[in-house]
Amino acid sequence: MARKDTVNALIRRGVSAKVSEAIANAGFKIGDLRKTPFDLITRYISKEDAEDLLSKIGAKKISMPDVKAAPKKVKESKKKEAAKPKVRRTDLKIPSKIPPLSDGEKKIAERLAKKDYAFPRSIITDLAGYQAKLNMSMKNLDLVIDMVKEQYDLHRIDANESIGIVSAQSIGEPGTQMTMRTFHYAGVAEISVTMGLPRLIEIVDARRIPSTPMMTIYLIGEKRTDGDHAKKIASSIEETQMLDVAAVDTDIDNMRVVVRPDKKKLKAKEITLDSMILALKKERKLKAIIEKEGSNLVIKTEVPSFRKLQQVYEIVKDSMIKGIDGIKKAVIRKQDDEYVIFTEGTNLAKMLDNEHVDPTRTKTNSINETYLVLGIEAARNAVIHEAKSTLDEQGLAVDIRHIMLVADMMTNDGDVKAIGRHGISGRKSSVLARAAFEITSAHLLKAGITGEVDSLDGVAENIIVGQPVTVGTGAVNLVYSPDIVKKKKRD
Amino acid sequence: MIRRGVNKRIHGILFSHVSPEEVRRMSAVKIITADTYDDDGFPIEMGLMDPHMGVIEPGLRCKTCGSKVDECPGHFGHIDLAMPVIHVGFVKDIKRLLQSTCRDCGKVLLTSSQIEEEEDLRHMLEHLGGDLTEFEKLMKKTAKDAVKYTVCPHCNAEQLKITLDKPTTFREEGHKLTPKEVRERLEKIPDDNLMPLGLNPEVSRPEWMILTALPVPPVTVRPSITLDSGDRSEDDLTHKLVDVLRINQRLRENRDSGAPQLIVEDLWELLQYHITTYFDNQTSGIPPARHRSGRPLKTLVQRLKGKEGRFRSNLSGKRVNFSARTVISPDPMLSINEVGIPWHAARELTIPIKVTNFNLEIIKELVLRGPEPVDEFEGYMPGVNYVIREDGRRIKVTDTNSEVVAENVDVGQLIERQMTDGDIVLFNRQPSLHRMSMMAHRIRVMEGKTFRFQLCVCPPYNADFDGDEMNLHVLQSPEAIAEGRILMLVQENILSPRFGGPVIGGIHDYISGSFFLTHKNPLFTKAEASIIMSRVGQVDWPDPVEVDGEEFWSGKDLFSISIPDGLNLTYKSSICQNCDSCKKKDCDIDAYVKIRDGKLLYGTMDEKALGAFKGKILDKTARTMGSDEARKFLEMSTKMAVSAIMIHGFSTSIDDEDIPMDARMQILESLDQATKKVRGYVDAYNDGTLEAMPGRSLAETLEVEAMRVLGKARDDAGKIASKYLGLENSAVVMARSGARGSMLNLSQMAGCIGQQAVRGGRLSRGYQDRTLPHFQKGDLGAAAKGFVKNCYKTGLAPTEYFFHSMGGREGLVDTAVRTSRSGYMQRRLINALEDLKVTHDGSVRNTAGTIIQFKFGEDGVDPSRGIDGKAADIDDIIFQVLGDEDSKKED
Repeated sequence: MARKDTVNALIRRGVSAKVSEAIANAGFKIGDLRKTPFDLITRYISKEDAEDLLSKIGAKKISMPDVKAAPKKVKESKKKEAAKPKVRRTDLKIPSKIPPLSDGEKKIAERLAKKDYAFPRSIITDLAGYQAKLNMSMKNLDLVIDMVKEQYDLHRIDANESIGIVSAQSIGEPGTQMTMRTFHYAGVAEISVTMGLPRLIEIVDARRIPSTPMMTIYLIGEKRTDGDHAKKIASSIEETQMLDVAAVDTDIDNMRVVVRPDKKKLKAKEITLDSMILALKKERKLKAIIEKEGSNLVIKTEVPSFRKLQQVYEIVKDSMIKGIDGIKKAVIRKQDDEYVIFTEGTNLAKMLDNEHVDPTRTKTNSINETYLVLGIEAARNAVIHEAKSTLDEQGLAVDIRHIMLVADMMTNDGDVKAIGRHGISGRKSSVLARAAFEITSAHLLKAGITGEVDSLDGVAENIIVGQPVTVGTGAVNLVYSPDIVKKKKRD
Repeated sequence: MIRRGVNKRIHGILFSHVSPEEVRRMSAVKIITADTYDDDGFPIEMGLMDPHMGVIEPGLRCKTCGSKVDECPGHFGHIDLAMPVIHVGFVKDIKRLLQSTCRDCGKVLLTSSQIEEEEDLRHMLEHLGGDLTEFEKLMKKTAKDAVKYTVCPHCNAEQLKITLDKPTTFREEGHKLTPKEVRERLEKIPDDNLMPLGLNPEVSRPEWMILTALPVPPVTVRPSITLDSGDRSEDDLTHKLVDVLRINQRLRENRDSGAPQLIVEDLWELLQYHITTYFDNQTSGIPPARHRSGRPLKTLVQRLKGKEGRFRSNLSGKRVNFSARTVISPDPMLSINEVGIPWHAARELTIPIKVTNFNLEIIKELVLRGPEPVDEFEGYMPGVNYVIREDGRRIKVTDTNSEVVAENVDVGQLIERQMTDGDIVLFNRQPSLHRMSMMAHRIRVMEGKTFRFQLCVCPPYNADFDGDEMNLHVLQSPEAIAEGRILMLVQENILSPRFGGPVIGGIHDYISGSFFLTHKNPLFTKAEASIIMSRVGQVDWPDPVEVDGEEFWSGKDLFSISIPDGLNLTYKSSICQNCDSCKKKDCDIDAYVKIRDGKLLYGTMDEKALGAFKGKILDKTARTMGSDEARKFLEMSTKMAVSAIMIHGFSTSIDDEDIPMDARMQILESLDQATKKVRGYVDAYNDGTLEAMPGRSLAETLEVEAMRVLGKARDDAGKIASKYLGLENSAVVMARSGARGSMLNLSQMAGCIGQQAVRGGRLSRGYQDRTLPHFQKGDLGAAAKGFVKNCYKTGLAPTEYFFHSMGGREGLVDTAVRTSRSGYMQRRLINALEDLKVTHDGSVRNTAGTIIQFKFGEDGVDPSRGIDGKAADIDDIIFQVLGDEDSKKED
């Protein structure tokens, strides 16, 4: 009801109802208005109205550069807070979706344009590759292009093909050949990842959190070939809790908590006492006095109380003194020439924010996280990539087009939907199709009181009523109208 | 006139809510007594089996419509309830309605601006084509907003908190609301306030959710069965209705006689219970109603729900006529398009044929033959089982009446002709996981009692002959037959849409056979070549090779007959050992395959040539030359392969895995070393000198190291053993050519079986601190944790045997779990994607017309036509343009 409150508050201050509605709809609150640049406000209401508004709420005009960030949309901020990086990197550009044509590709594209042929990019790239290797004469190249065109047209999919069923079968059928319990070691023995059938099910279920979250982090710049550099980053992101590096005891006699760090471990993890104190100070719940005492840390409560002491002990024990939320383990491996960091647990937003990380290649196996951080297109690609690599790893050949279709279906209207009753199947427009899938009676009763109409467009409905289905050969009709035929004959 | 096919189409189905008035209006009879039959076995009037509700006994007529059994669809009756009762299915909706409307004026507890806002949102959703879940969300939000009001914004009446005591009791701040009171409140809700609450006033009124009249389904819905003993056994629904009627009667009597409130309320609740279980006998919170025998009753919801329910079992899948099922067996001499069916089945299964002026004479002759005609060699001939006259009468053709019937056959009638060679049928094996699980075959009527088909068709059906059964369906209409022949015929399905390769192809002996026919180009004498050539029919013989004045035929020349002319292909065969530098045509093991213009120049034919899933020749032939050529290639090459393997002779036995004594010693030696190495790790672990791997505990490190060392030991043993297993060994030929088995199988037979694993790790469970009492407690060595040192040939030690069966058991459990899990995943996938189709503009859309993909797979290529997932075979095109030499790439 935040919106309503804003409207009412504005009206109370004498702003017209129309303007208040517009401001509230734009997601502003009164507090925001005081901090919002004038230009932003005038996006939603006229200049005069805006000036009037500001004077009425007693705010100054603020010009654009005064504020660092635009007001967050109220709804989004709640959900995506965790995902949004606090510090934005300045070196990032939005990569183009389609890489620009290379010189060889351009030449091929020119020939194609002349012939008015439209080829998929993959063919152009392939042709350019062959041409670079073989250096064919123009005549031969043209011949090749013509023949490719002929084949491409022949290989087109037929209209009315019931491609959904074919794709579903193509992904479902190899499921029976997959192994159940496979933990694949993503090239690293320390990190295990669910593969095989359970992973595939997890992907189509669009589960919020995968059973084994994992990230592959690529580094950027010259230093990516430097093992020590990679190791440093890996150890800096690994979540380290106090107990991992130190012994924590309550010293009841002196009413204090004593932290005795293990020096070896501190050194290995590159943690100093100062950084520990800094980390402890960041703990919100911890209200205590922290002091150094030789190589140990001593923490006293503000007020002497056993209960408080116990609380402090609990907080200190579990306090995170280093690393990034959710990164349980980070391991480096050399891949080709560069070092790559594999992590157990994921936090894509924070990793992309790290300036040593290559944001264009770094990825997580959590589809939902990819969606939250990078958007729906990225989520679609994540579904395709994860499903394809799961199938490939088992040695099962499945055409990528089938997986694309499933991914497109899952991400069709802007968020990731599961394959199943909570996702796509539960949203079908046909009552009968839903009833035939799961939770039969609920759907029928609901249809009754809302007066739903099943227009029998889909496959399941038509099978239920005993009519030809609407895909494949059932989609076409031959109409024979004897009257017209007779008339034509007469003419 | 005999009408066939669909000439009308149901445009849509409107669902709506039945009002009590409508229940009474559509009722053929009011049911008042709980009795069903009188002493003479006749149904009692106004009882549950009242003949007004339809007929179930043959010979009787329905008292409402006057039709006989099967003609009368049945008619509803009704029970007038003494007191109103809540419908369980709507409990949640009733709760929402009560909570979000005023207890006094019945309006929604929202200000008019809020209602307007809701309306705007709803219209916007409609306009944008929002789906069900979105409307539901809006409704839930509206309800949530409304509940917040403690005072009605319209009439200022104070609102009390309403809670639901599951399953059907409503309370208002502790005070119990009777269904009657609930109904009164719901009646107050004005029509125009219903939309925001998720009800459509055009088809539903909220008070209808409280039942005052109960429809009684027709007897045809709940037929009683007469047991052999003469006793009647009533349907579960009838039983439940009897309960309802009895309590209803008692409730009415007690109420009318002014019985104490407590008794009336108890009876009312009992009636509620019976009606609740009549609808859904699995309502949580109440005990299910049971049959006398203790079995829970199957009431309305149970009839519809789940796998065995009406929807999935009877509506989405139906039982059919013109089908057959029997055991399958192989027949290598059939075409891949054919299926052999037994005489008996052929006589029973028929195809309807319309009698026209053009076929009248032929049909007369067919009918004249009678129902079981044979030719002069006592062979099968098709007859006619039925003649269907224009008035719909079916006349059975018998030996005695065939002449008369034949005489009367006339244009416009229909005959049901028995199967004959060449008829198109659908052949299917469950589980039908992909479309190749159901393909069209041409039939061949054969002696015997099994269905037979060519073995190349085993892979798509995933069939073997250890007792598998398959189903066969006879296509009945010319349209269906045409579709079957053009789209579903086996040869049209050689290429799988899953990955674009062949799913139909040679298996087992076909592959080892073609290996013997072509490997290192053996020479065949005229006699042998004749045997091979006789299998493939009339074709020109290749030129003989002359050796020492004698004529021989080379295997590669013979095999080349089957390869279609014009085929060019170069690849490495399955026996290739992936040497560092390929010697190409001078390959030591003849693994470099080169085919030019349909002639096999070098290389061995094996799984990669004609095998299912991998056969390259098959793949390219099917793709570039059409399914007919591919079928011919497959049939010819497999037939030749079979004769080749018969000439060569082929058998395998345990002595294929014989290895010399010193090899055995060598294996034992290496295994010993591995065991010692593990012992070393264990000792280091016990001493605490073992270095833990980063991110692992000591115990885990030990396990990983042990698994690694023992895994390597098994591989080494296999390597040593395979040194003595060359291509002259039958088992090796099978493994290497891809016919059956793998080198791993062989190394387990001859070398070492290796570590047994459960849940991916070494065996550990069993007794306290040990797997078996035969080991020391806490022993972490190789043998104690499931390493099987022996091979199958030397035989397993008792403890090893036990460990081996532990690993084996996990495999079995795994398979069982996997089939159900993947089955459900596939069901969900199919359900989610079934409505998608490619439209004429190349986009993929669902039934609502929403575009899912602008171009299927981003390039619009059919996966079964593409080449390795690519749109066009550029490699081959360049070869065609530039010729053999120039197109060579450095590979």
